[in-house]
Amino acid sequence: MFKTHYRLERHSIALAIAIIVVASIGGIVEIAPLFTIDETVEEAPDMRVYTPLELAGRDIYMREGCYACHSQMIRTLQDEVERYGPFSLAVESQYDYPMLWGSKRTGPDLARVGGKYSDHWHVVHLNDPREVVSESVMPAYPWLLQNRLKTEKLDLHLRTLQKLGTPYTDEMIANAVADAQGQAAPNSDQASGVAERYGEDTNIRDFDGNPDRVTEMDALVAYLQILGRLTDAAYVAQAEPQPQPVEE
Amino acid sequence: MVAQLTRNERHIGLALAVFVSLLGLAMAAGGKQDLFGIHGLIVFAFGVGSAFLLISGFHLPEPSDERLTRYYDDPIKVGLILSMIWAVFGMFMGVWVAAQLAWPALNFDMAWTSFGRIRPVHTTGVIFGFGGNALIATSFHVMQRTSRARMPDQLSPWFVLIGYNLFCVLSVTGFPIGITQSKEYAEAEWYADLWLVVVWVTYLVLYLRTLARRQEPHIYVSNWYFLAFILVVAMLHIVNGLALPISLASAKSYTIYSGVQDAMVQWWYGHNTVAFFLTAGFLGMMYYYLPTRAGRPIYSYRLSIISFWGITFFYVWVGSHHLHYTALPHWVQTLGMTFSVMLLVPSWASAANALLTLNGAWHKVRTDATLRFMMVAAVFYGLSTFEGSFTAIRAVNSLSHYTDWTVAHVHAGALGWVALITFGSIYAAVPRLWKTGQMYSPRLVEVHFWLAVAGIFVYVFAMWNSGIIQGLMWRTYNENNALAYSFIESLVAMHPYYIARTFGGLLFLCGAVVGFYNLWKTIQLAPREQEVLRDQPAAVLARSSAVQPGE
Amino acid sequence: MSVGERDPHTGHMTTGHEWGGIKELNTPVPKPVIWFLIGTFIFSLIYWVLMPAWPLGVTYTRGLLGLDQRDEVMVRVAEGQAARADWVKAIEEGSFDSIQDDEVLMDVVRGTGSSLFGDNCAVCHGLNGQGGPGFPSLAAGSWLWGGEPEDVWETIRVGINSDHPETRMSEMLAFGRDQILDRSTILDVVAYLQSLPGSDDPQTPLDPEAVARGEETFAMQCTACHGENGQGDPAMGAPDLTDDVWIYGGDRDSLYWSIYRGRKGHMPHWEERLSPVERKILTLYVLEIAKGRD
Ligand code: HEC
Ligand code: HEC
Ligand code: HEC
Ligand code: HEM
Ligand code: HEM
Ligand SMILES: [Ca+2]
Ligand SMILES: [Ca+2]
Ligand SMILES: [Cu+2]
Repeated sequence: MFKTHYRLERHSIALAIAIIVVASIGGIVEIAPLFTIDETVEEAPDMRVYTPLELAGRDIYMREGCYACHSQMIRTLQDEVERYGPFSLAVESQYDYPMLWGSKRTGPDLARVGGKYSDHWHVVHLNDPREVVSESVMPAYPWLLQNRLKTEKLDLHLRTLQKLGTPYTDEMIANAVADAQGQAAPNSDQASGVAERYGEDTNIRDFDGNPDRVTEMDALVAYLQILGRLTDAAYVAQAEPQPQPVEE
Repeated sequence: MVAQLTRNERHIGLALAVFVSLLGLAMAAGGKQDLFGIHGLIVFAFGVGSAFLLISGFHLPEPSDERLTRYYDDPIKVGLILSMIWAVFGMFMGVWVAAQLAWPALNFDMAWTSFGRIRPVHTTGVIFGFGGNALIATSFHVMQRTSRARMPDQLSPWFVLIGYNLFCVLSVTGFPIGITQSKEYAEAEWYADLWLVVVWVTYLVLYLRTLARRQEPHIYVSNWYFLAFILVVAMLHIVNGLALPISLASAKSYTIYSGVQDAMVQWWYGHNTVAFFLTAGFLGMMYYYLPTRAGRPIYSYRLSIISFWGITFFYVWVGSHHLHYTALPHWVQTLGMTFSVMLLVPSWASAANALLTLNGAWHKVRTDATLRFMMVAAVFYGLSTFEGSFTAIRAVNSLSHYTDWTVAHVHAGALGWVALITFGSIYAAVPRLWKTGQMYSPRLVEVHFWLAVAGIFVYVFAMWNSGIIQGLMWRTYNENNALAYSFIESLVAMHPYYIARTFGGLLFLCGAVVGFYNLWKTIQLAPREQEVLRDQPAAVLARSSAVQPGE
Repeated sequence: MSVGERDPHTGHMTTGHEWGGIKELNTPVPKPVIWFLIGTFIFSLIYWVLMPAWPLGVTYTRGLLGLDQRDEVMVRVAEGQAARADWVKAIEEGSFDSIQDDEVLMDVVRGTGSSLFGDNCAVCHGLNGQGGPGFPSLAAGSWLWGGEPEDVWETIRVGINSDHPETRMSEMLAFGRDQILDRSTILDVVAYLQSLPGSDDPQTPLDPEAVARGEETFAMQCTACHGENGQGDPAMGAPDLTDDVWIYGGDRDSLYWSIYRGRKGHMPHWEERLSPVERKILTLYVLEIAKGRD
C-alpha cells in the first residue's frame, strides 16, 4: 500500500484524479438517492405554493438573516414536539428554494408560528421586539413599516421557480404583481383573484395595519402567518400518537 | 509590482482589467433599479483600479531573466498582508456580532448593521477573507519551496489573489445591503459565485503547472492537502452554487435544490467547507511550517498517508450530522454519524503526527512563541475534532444542535486551530519573505500568543456553559413530566455568557491587532530589493527557467 | 524506496527525500491507530446492521431493529402522555372549583402552567402576566370579559376578534376618525376620564367645565358599552375605565387616541393549538397570576 502511494505521489494529475474520485463517493451515495427514493418526500395533496406576497416576505426573511437565529425545523424529539408542535416533514419545505431549516436557535423555532399570534403583534414585535418582550435580544426592524414593497419583478420570481419545478401556473405568473398587491388590500379589485388562484384559505388582509400601503412589513407578516400552514400533512400524520398500554 | 511583469503579461493583464471594467459597467447599467447595480460599480472600480495600476507601470523596463533564478514572492507578501487585514476586520465583526447578542441596542437600529445581516459578514470575513487569503498566500509559498520551482508566470498568481479578494468584497458588501442566497457559508449570489469559479480554476491550473515544473520527484504532503483543498472546494462550490437568476440584470437567484435535497446539499457543502477549507488547507500549512520551524523531520510519512486519505474519504460522508433528527431520512443520518466517528482516527492521526514531530524540539516550543502557536493549534485541532465526532453522535447532537455548544465547537476549531496555525505560519513565513531574520518584536509575538489563548478559553468555556445550559433547559421535564422551562427563560439564562463571550472575543481581537502591528513594523525593517539574498541555489533554477509559459 | 538516513533523536530512518529542508521519518504506523480504526469500523458495522443505513436505489436497508426516528418520537410522546395520565385525567374531569381546592393539582397547574404560559402567552401578556401597551395585564385582576374560570376558559378557547368562528368580538368605535365626535369634545371626554379615580396623569390641572361637558358626552356615547359609571361591561368586553388598569394607557395622549381611532385588540384562539387540558391549566394559571397580585 505504501509502495503504491510512493508511486502515486510522483504524478500530480494521477494524485488529483485520485482525490476527486475518493472525495466524490460519499456525496454521491448520500445525495443521489434522495431524488430516487420516493418516501424521502411525503405525499401532501393539499400542499399549496407560496403566494407572490408570501414569497416576497420570504425574500425579506432571507435578506434580514432571520434564519441566523430562527430554525424552521422541529426535530423528532419529544420536547420539541411538545413545545412547538408536530415534527416537520420534508414535504413542508418542498417548495423552499433554498430551505430555511436553520442551524441555530437564538430565538424560538418558527416552523409552526403561522396563526399563532396576531398580525398586530408581529408588527409591533418586528418594529421593536423589546416593546412586547422585554427580555428579547432580537434586532428591531423599523424600516419594514416604512419601505414600500417592491413587487415589480415578482413575475420573474415565479417564472424562475416554475422552471425549477414549482407548480406555478402561467396565470399565476401573469397576475403575480396584482396578486401581491391584492392580498394585502382586501378591499381592492385585485384581492378577488388571490383566493381564486391560491385557495379560499389564503390570508387576504392588510397585515401591517396601514391599509393604504403595501409595505415590506405586509409581506413579511404574510409569510410568517403561513409558516407551517401550507399543508396539513404533519398534523394528519401525527394526529393521534399511538396510546401506550398503561398498566393498571 | 508591475515591474515584475513581462510586457506580454502587462498586455494580458490590461486586457483583463478592461474586460472586468466593462463587465462592471454592464452590470451597473443593467441593474440600475436593483442592488445588482451597486455591485456593478464595485466590479467596475476593481477593474479600473487594476487597469490604472498596470498603466502606471506599463513602460517600466521588462524584468531581467535573472528573476527566474528566484522564487516569485510578491503576491505572497501581499496575500499575507491582506489576510491580516481581513483577520482584524472579520474578528471585529465577530466581536460586534457577539456584543449585539449581549446588548441588542448595539446595532443602532440601522438596517445594514442588524445581527442577521452582519453575522455572515463575520463568517465570510474570517473564513474566506482571513483564512482564504492566508491559504492562497502560504500555498504559493509552500508549493514553490517544496517543488523547488518558481511559479510558471507572474500574472496568474495576481489574478488569483486579486480576483479572490474581489469575490470576498462582493460577499461582505452584499450582505449588509441585502444581497444574499442565505446558504450558510455560501451566501454570495450567483454572479459572485461564477466569478469565483473562474478564479478557482485559474488557481488550480497554476498549482498544477507549478507542480509540473518541480525538481523533486515526489510531491510533498503539504501539496496533497493544498491540492485536495483546491479540487474539493471547486467541486463543492459548483454543485452547491447551481442557481437560476431571475434575470441577468438582477442580483436575485433561486438555488436549483429545494427542501430536503437542498438541506443535504447545503450541509454536504457546509461541512466540507470545514473539512477542505478550514482543515485540509490548514493542514497543508501545518505540514510545512511546523517542521521547518521546529527543524525536525515529520514524525511519520506513513501516518501522513493514512490521515490524508482517511480525511479525504471520510469527511465527505459526514455532512448529514448537521441534520440529525430532522426531516432528512434516518438512513442518511446514520451514515453521517458513523462516518463522523470513524473520521476521528485520521483526524487524531494528523494531530499526533504534528505533535510527535516536535519530539526533540520541545525546548524550542518553550522559548519560541511562533512554534508554540503551531503546537497549541495542533492540540486544538485534536480537541475540536474530538468534540466534532462526539457531537455527531445522534444522542449527543440532540442536546448540542441549535445551541451555543455548536458555536463553542466552531470557535474551538476556528480560533484554536485555524487562527492559531495561521498566525504561527505567518510569523514563520514573514521574516523569511521579507528577509528580516526575525519579526520586529518577538516579545509582541509572545503577547499575541497569550492574548489569543486567553481569548479562546474565555470564549469557548462561556459557550460550552451556555450551550449545555440552553440544551438542558429546552429538554428538562419537571416532576409532573411536563416541560419545565419556557424558551424565554432559557434566553434570559444566556445573558451573562454572551457578555463573557464578547470579552473573550475582544481579547482575541486585540491579539490580532498586535500581530498586525508587528507585521507592519517588520515590513519596514525589510532590506531593499537589491540587497536581497538569494534563498536558493541558482544552479537549480537555471534548469527550470527554460520554460516560462505565458511569456 | 530511496535510501534514508537515521534520525539521531528517534532512531527511525528517513524516507530519503528532502523538500526545502523538510525530511520525513519512515516510522511505521503506530499500532493504536490501526486498532482504533478497526474499532470505530466495527462500531459502524454493527450500527449499520441494526439501524436504517445504506441506500439501495429506490429503497434503503431498514436495519434489524426496524427503528425509525419518526416511530421513536411517537412512542416517546405517547410515553410522556402515559406518564402524565394521572393528573391529566384529574384535571380533565375535575371542575374548576374542585381543582382549585386541590393543592396537589394546583401545584401541577403552577409547575406546568409557567412553561406553557411562557411559550404561548408571554410574548403578549409578559412573562409575569403584567401585559404591555396594547396587551392587557392578566395580573391586575381587572377583567374585560369577567374573571370567572369559565369566562377566562372561553376567552382562551375562542380568542378575541380572532378567526375562530365563535370568537368573542369587541370593538371600540373610532369616534374621532369616523367623525362622531370632534376634537374638542373628545378632549372634554378625556378630561372627564382623567377626573375618574383611576387616571394616572395628575400633572395636568383639569378644567371643571370640560370635565362636566365630558361627563355629558360620556353619558350619551359611552355608557352603552362602558356602563353607567364607566365600570365596564364584561358582556361586550368593554374595559373598566375607573380603575388604574389600562390596556392602551391612561395618559392624556393614549386616551385621546383610544377614543379618536377606536380600539380592536386581537387575541388568538387556542382551540386548535392547545389541548383542552392545557387550556384548562392555563385558565387556572392565569387566575393564579391575578390572585398573586392582591
Ligand atoms: C439576534 C437574533 C434574532 C434575529 C436576527 C431575529 N430574531 Fe426573531 N427572535 C429572537 C429571539 C431571542 C426571540 C424570542 C424573544 C422574542 O419573542 O422577541 C425571537 C422571537 C421571534 C418570533 C416569535 C416566536 C415565538 O414563537 O415566540 C418571531 C415570529 C420572530 N422572532 C421573527 C423574526 C423575523 C421575521 C426575523 C427577521 C426579520 C427575526 N425574528 C430575526 C431572535 C432573533
Ligand atoms: C398575539 C397576542 C396574544 C397572545 C399570544 C395571547 N393573548 Fe391573550 N389577549 C391578547 C389581547 C390583545 C387581549 C385583549 C383583547 C382586547 O383588547 O379586546 C387578550 C386578552 C386575554 C384574556 C382576557 C382578559 C380579560 O380581561 O378578560 C385572557 C384571559 C387572555 N388573553 C389569556 C391568554 C392566554 C392564556 C394566552 C396563551 C395561551 C394568551 N392570552 C395569548 C393578546 C394575546
Ligand atoms: C361599541 C361599544 C363601545 C362604545 C360605544 C365605547 N367603547 Fe370604549 N371600548 C370598547 C371596547 C370593546 C374596548 C376594548 C377594546 C380592546 O381592548 O380591544 C374599549 C376601550 C376603551 C378605552 C381603552 C381602555 C384601556 O384600557 O386602554 C377607552 C379609553 C375607552 N374605551 C373610552 C371610551 C369612551 C370615552 C367612549 C365614548 C366616547 C367609548 N369608549 C365608547 C367598547 C366601546
Ligand atoms: C474575535 C474573535 C471572534 C468572535 C468574537 C466571534 C464571534 C462570533 C459570533 C458572535 C458568532 C455568532 C454565533 C451565534 O449566532 O450565536 C460567530 C459565528 C461564527 N464564527 Fe466567529 N468569532 C470570532 C472569530 C472567528 C474566527 C477566527 C472564525 C474562523 C476562522 C470564526 C468563524 C465563525 C463561524 C464559522 C461562525 C458560524 C457558526 C455557526 O453557524 O454555527 N469566528 N462568531
Ligand atoms: C472530526 C472532525 C469534526 C467533526 C466530526 C465535526 C462535527 C461537527 C458537528 C457534529 C457539528 C454540529 C452540527 C450541528 O449540530 O449543527 C459541527 C459544526 C461545526 N463545525 Fe465541526 N466537526 C469537526 C471538526 C471541525 C473543525 C476542525 C472545524 C474548524 C473550524 C469545525 C467547524 C465547524 C463549524 C464551522 C460548524 C458549524 C456549522 C454550522 O452550524 O453553521 N469542525 N461539526
Ligand atoms: Ca450555523
Ligand atoms: Ca398595508
Ligand atoms: Cu460538520
